[in-house]
Amino acid sequence: MMDRLGFLTGRAARAILILFGVIVLNFVLLRVAPGDPASVLAGDQGAADPAFVEELRRDLGLDRSIPAQLWVYTKSLAQLDFGQSYREQRPVVGIIAERLPATLILTLTAFGFALAAGISLGSMAARHAGSLLDTVLTSVSVMFFAMPLFWIGLMAILLFSVWLGWLPSYGMATVGADLSGLSYVADIASHLLLPALTLGLFYMAIYMRVTRASVLDVLDRDFVRTARAKGLKPGLIWRRHVLRNALLPIITFASLQAGHLIGGSILIETVFAWPGIGRLAFDALMQRDYNLLLAIFFITSAIVVGINLVADILYVAADPRIELGA
Amino acid sequence: MSRFLPSFALSVALSLSAWSSASAQTAGGTLNLIVQPEPPTVNVGVNRLGPTTYVGNKIYEGLLTYSADLKPVPRLAESWTVSDDGLVYTFNLRRNVKWHDGEPFTAKDVVFSFEKFLPALQARSRLNLAEVKEIATPDDHTVVFTLKAAFPAFIFVHNTAVLPAHLYEGVTDFRNAEANTKFVGTGPFKFAEWKKGSFIHLVKNPDYWGDGKPYLDDIFFHVIPDANSRAIAFETGKVDVLRAGDVENFDIRRLAELDSVELTEAGWEILQPVGYIHLNNRHKPLDDLRVRQAIAHAIDRQFIIDTIFAGFGHETNGPLSRLSQFKDTAVETKYEYDPAKANALLDEAGLKPDANGVRFEVQLVPLPYGELWQRQAEYTREALAAVGITVNLVATDVPGWFKRLTSFDYDLGQNFVYTTADPAVGISYAYTTIEGDNAGTTGGNVNGYSNAEVDRLLAEAGHENDAEKRRTLYSQAQKIISAEVPQIWTHDIVFPTLYREKVRNLITSGLGTDENFADVWLAK
Repeated sequence: MMDRLGFLTGRAARAILILFGVIVLNFVLLRVAPGDPASVLAGDQGAADPAFVEELRRDLGLDRSIPAQLWVYTKSLAQLDFGQSYREQRPVVGIIAERLPATLILTLTAFGFALAAGISLGSMAARHAGSLLDTVLTSVSVMFFAMPLFWIGLMAILLFSVWLGWLPSYGMATVGADLSGLSYVADIASHLLLPALTLGLFYMAIYMRVTRASVLDVLDRDFVRTARAKGLKPGLIWRRHVLRNALLPIITFASLQAGHLIGGSILIETVFAWPGIGRLAFDALMQRDYNLLLAIFFITSAIVVGINLVADILYVAADPRIELGA
Repeated sequence: MSRFLPSFALSVALSLSAWSSASAQTAGGTLNLIVQPEPPTVNVGVNRLGPTTYVGNKIYEGLLTYSADLKPVPRLAESWTVSDDGLVYTFNLRRNVKWHDGEPFTAKDVVFSFEKFLPALQARSRLNLAEVKEIATPDDHTVVFTLKAAFPAFIFVHNTAVLPAHLYEGVTDFRNAEANTKFVGTGPFKFAEWKKGSFIHLVKNPDYWGDGKPYLDDIFFHVIPDANSRAIAFETGKVDVLRAGDVENFDIRRLAELDSVELTEAGWEILQPVGYIHLNNRHKPLDDLRVRQAIAHAIDRQFIIDTIFAGFGHETNGPLSRLSQFKDTAVETKYEYDPAKANALLDEAGLKPDANGVRFEVQLVPLPYGELWQRQAEYTREALAAVGITVNLVATDVPGWFKRLTSFDYDLGQNFVYTTADPAVGISYAYTTIEGDNAGTTGGNVNGYSNAEVDRLLAEAGHENDAEKRRTLYSQAQKIISAEVPQIWTHDIVFPTLYREKVRNLITSGLGTDENFADVWLAK
């Protein structure tokens, strides 16, 4: 029990350190990049003298040195105050809260689909290694892996929205439809299908390749041969010996990919006009909305760190040889 | 009798058809538009970004709007007079106007907006206020502006939004005021909902002062960040209008071919956009007139219009747009596409090619606003390479581009600028050094161009009350500026608007789709 607690505190401390590092690094990088919010806000005006820009800079606290600005920021962060957005003039937490659910729905659906489909198809390919089915599955996975996400997205829109007219091409819900209850859920689901599949297909291809390789590797192991020799039923061997052992690299991969998934969602959110934080981050970067951007980095990093923590725990569940705290 | 009858019948028929066309303006329906990029606010008092004014101008109104031939048209002001000496502008305000929260609109709101709110947030409004000696309100429905000196452009500053004074009582920090996000105007549409990242919804203002208007029930502004996805949304009928920049020019011709889709080039008479390649006149060798002239000769501007901008655009050889009332093509110097002449001028300037054929190197900062500007940058690189000038393209995002241009940290830089209806409240700013650099924004004098004679002419022209004298002064200024090419005017921009044929009265004034849409209706 103590072990477990110690493990968790250690990991939590490490997570906080990582998050702090992310904030400091990005804070400095953003301020070093050419252009600041004052120049963007002044640019919005079409006419401004340098005095006007300086006045703005003073108002936004950008006339201070970077360490001084960082100190002010860290102090308010310690009180869990992420500050105001320069552009929208309201707390960044509220802005992110509006957009985070959309990204979570999209990425979790894509992630779930990618894992489920990747593991099943990968196992299927491994079981029939060398067959026509294996060749077809492997080729398809290479294809999805090789194609850029935005291109798959556009082709999916062309096929399912423009030519077939089955699915909506953009947004998260039908604008102005005023639906509720089940029909609202169905409406969101129909909007979710294309972006989630597009994002998911790419990752599915990765999980499928990893699963196939991992399963083939395990199938060759002595303990599998022993299990067969013992006369265990193939289904049992498959579930208890092969799949469980083959899962380890997939967990590693999936946890590492979680960060990528959020990154990949920026492209998908753009192509499908999905109102998530990926696009919010992109817009915030373009406007140098420092506070908003840093808070997004903080939250996405927290999610990635959290997922990795969960992966650590899952390792233990999947492989009794690994101990907590190790 | 026999003569009378047909003509009587004809006049009945005509009046019937006039009546039917009037009654054909059926009320009802939803208009679906695209706003991109998503604006930070729709309060046009806070900023004047394209997307902000597109949405916000349906909610907020100014005293005036302007026709396509640049005549003032009544809006919140019912009528107005300008004294003969051009010093006193008296506006008589409409009496039956209510703010969207039910409060009455009065002269107090106009004074508050002009004197306090707008100058606090908008640099341009500060310049306008600087021309004013006094603002008086003899009664609740009259506002009298007395100017320090005659300033004819003053008539063109009154499409700026009037804001509700009653929401800002006791407020001193206007930039961060909570009331900024209430979006209370007097316009034909009221703010209903903003689902960030998805859409902005405006609904009909049933208490609008215009009789029977607006016709539409509501307007949705869809947020679609990708240009291809926007084209698809239009093709599949989800949205009814595509504006400039919604899709790239090469897609416009294709979409215009679709059934019941119309294309118009109208609606830019007030903004008058012109494409630029800025030349940093403070950097060597661009400070040499011959070098700037050589660059002008080396670039085939017709190629830029025909090939890069898909034929949308017109040649221009000076600071004013073809839509300007002061444009004088007769005094402009036209720098024909002539690489041989460019080479000769560069030789004359003493910039001989080295062993690799290179005379000198420059950095070009492209406009980070989409594909076409990038292509223009690539073309410029090729065109200048042909005369021995090596161009290095600098990749930036919008803030980086702002920063480089406004701090003279560039050699060549792309831009497009709204030169606006009157040079005195628009483009004069970009060629003068009367109040220092004027380079606080990319709409300012980022060329670093300075000519005392031009400063004098433009300042005088701005404050000349005699229309003919004013015209002469602007002609003289254009003559000098055009000859000295402080920058390349690549093209007089045409921003086409595509719309479904069922959308009627989409463009009714010089403001184009930035109008308030009180007149827009949908054919059944």
